[in-house]
Amino acid sequence: MIVQGKARRFKQDNDINTDYIISGRYKFKIQNPEELAQYVMEDLDPDFKNRYQKGDFIVAGKNFGCGSSREQAPQAIKYAKMGAVIAKSFARIFYRNSFNIGLLLIECDTDPIKENDELVLDLEKGVLKDITQNIDIIIKPLPAVMAKLLEDGGIINHFKKHGGFKL
Amino acid sequence: MGKTIAEKIFSKKSGQDVHAKDLVLADVDFCMGQDGTSSIIIDSFREMGAKKVFNPKKIALVIDHSSPSPNLGVSAIHKKMRDFANEYGITLYDIGCGVCHQLLPEKGHVVPGDLVIGADSHTCSYGAINVFSTGMGSTDVAVGIISGQNWFRVPETVKFIFKNQLKKGVYSKDMALFIARHAGADGLTYMAAEYTGSAIDKLSVEARFTICNMAIEIGAKAGIMEADAKAIKWVQSRTNKKFTPVKADKDAVYADVREYDAAKIVPQVAKPHAVDNVVDAADVKHIEIQQGLIGTCTNGRLEDLEIAVSILKGKKIKKGLRLIIAPASAEVFIQAMKKGLVQTLMESGAAFVTPGCGPCVGTHNGVPSDGERVISTANRNFKGRMGNPNSEIYLASPATVAASMLTGKITDPRKFIK
Repeated sequence: MIVQGKARRFKQDNDINTDYIISGRYKFKIQNPEELAQYVMEDLDPDFKNRYQKGDFIVAGKNFGCGSSREQAPQAIKYAKMGAVIAKSFARIFYRNSFNIGLLLIECDTDPIKENDELVLDLEKGVLKDITQNIDIIIKPLPAVMAKLLEDGGIINHFKKHGGFKL
Repeated sequence: MGKTIAEKIFSKKSGQDVHAKDLVLADVDFCMGQDGTSSIIIDSFREMGAKKVFNPKKIALVIDHSSPSPNLGVSAIHKKMRDFANEYGITLYDIGCGVCHQLLPEKGHVVPGDLVIGADSHTCSYGAINVFSTGMGSTDVAVGIISGQNWFRVPETVKFIFKNQLKKGVYSKDMALFIARHAGADGLTYMAAEYTGSAIDKLSVEARFTICNMAIEIGAKAGIMEADAKAIKWVQSRTNKKFTPVKADKDAVYADVREYDAAKIVPQVAKPHAVDNVVDAADVKHIEIQQGLIGTCTNGRLEDLEIAVSILKGKKIKKGLRLIIAPASAEVFIQAMKKGLVQTLMESGAAFVTPGCGPCVGTHNGVPSDGERVISTANRNFKGRMGNPNSEIYLASPATVAASMLTGKITDPRKFIK
């Protein structure tokens, strides 16, 4: 699987929490994920919706997705049509939620990546290429369970396909 | 090789001899969803084509986060939950019953040695009564509701030992903030915390919930304590269920062991906009505040209201300030009324709202205005958490919140405690 897109970074790099990804103001009353996606990252960057394109990557530091268990957070990113989230590390609940719904997360050193860099993600080779800066970044291999969930398109499809757990 | 509490519970629930880092499929004893997460639980349940739940007695849905409903969108979610609970014979705690994390232990749904999943990150609270409980997303909980199982990576454990005991005017909330200050927001990601030592033993069960509640704020999967006689008595007063408490082995292997002197902890405050941005309360005494909140799954219990009364009794909160109190459950509210706490606090100028999450999650019950500062007993102070990204939230103990309401500035409560 090869995915290409531009890097989108934020003023705050570490500990981007799920309240910032989708505010409680919206997640409690809006059930339609496409509608929710309009408000993705709003409290961290009110202008975000005007500065990304479909297929772009969210790039961050450590502990991305900390805080509440809201599945609306990875859902909002997925329905905003982001290519993946690339971070140094992820909070546990967000990590599970993302693979459950089929949102790709990549762990690697994100320090070299700058806003607007053109990135190519090659999952088979385990490399993230920063074309703008002409550098290769090694990505952390996906745990087998996560790779399996991703292959099946999330836990719902996994359950439908196998009639239960087959991890 | 000896085992931690987490390793023992996962061995029992998976029927295998497992250790940290093993991947297991385990039976869950209880599943919970609240009104911020249940809509997706129900959608995922239906999408997976499920026709029944694994055991209706082991599932509860709780309407607590925006309760009663402040708008049409939330009303639709509440109705969806009521209809689903009716259809499958599941317990539903409707508006006014209280916060999910107060209700599950209080109503005797969870007991020592259990494995519990909840679609709310603060599900880790029940560790205070020796439950391995962890927050998950809605779809993971839907999977649990259908199959009675889920997959887990058995976590490594960090052991926190608190020696001696807390000094007067210092509370378990100060300990929880102290832990966040030292461990950091991602200090225990993918791991479990065991809290132990004489300072923990001396805490009431209510006070222990505050510490386990905030395990997620250091990224932990669970925060768990052994069940001593006090905890066992507390649980037995709420259920007739049989249970077997789980202790760590003497030779259990820990990722780290950290020892602190509880007597040296002073009142702590988390500054905006991160829970691990913690300082001594005395170091922020110049900060002016406009609103106070006492309540939430962290500090909305009877003991917390008693602490507030011990400071506010016979006094008025400073003119121009407002204090919102959200009891954690109907039972807490009723007991507080019987003891006269509600009257005392209202005479001081406090405003009570429906038992539940109150204004903590920013949907209603006290959204701050632009430029305002709130001092709160909640567990999160992220920007916009209380509904306005142009306001600031400071986190503290009920005593610090109460003392600050008298002065209008963040105040170390010890000067009000005899």
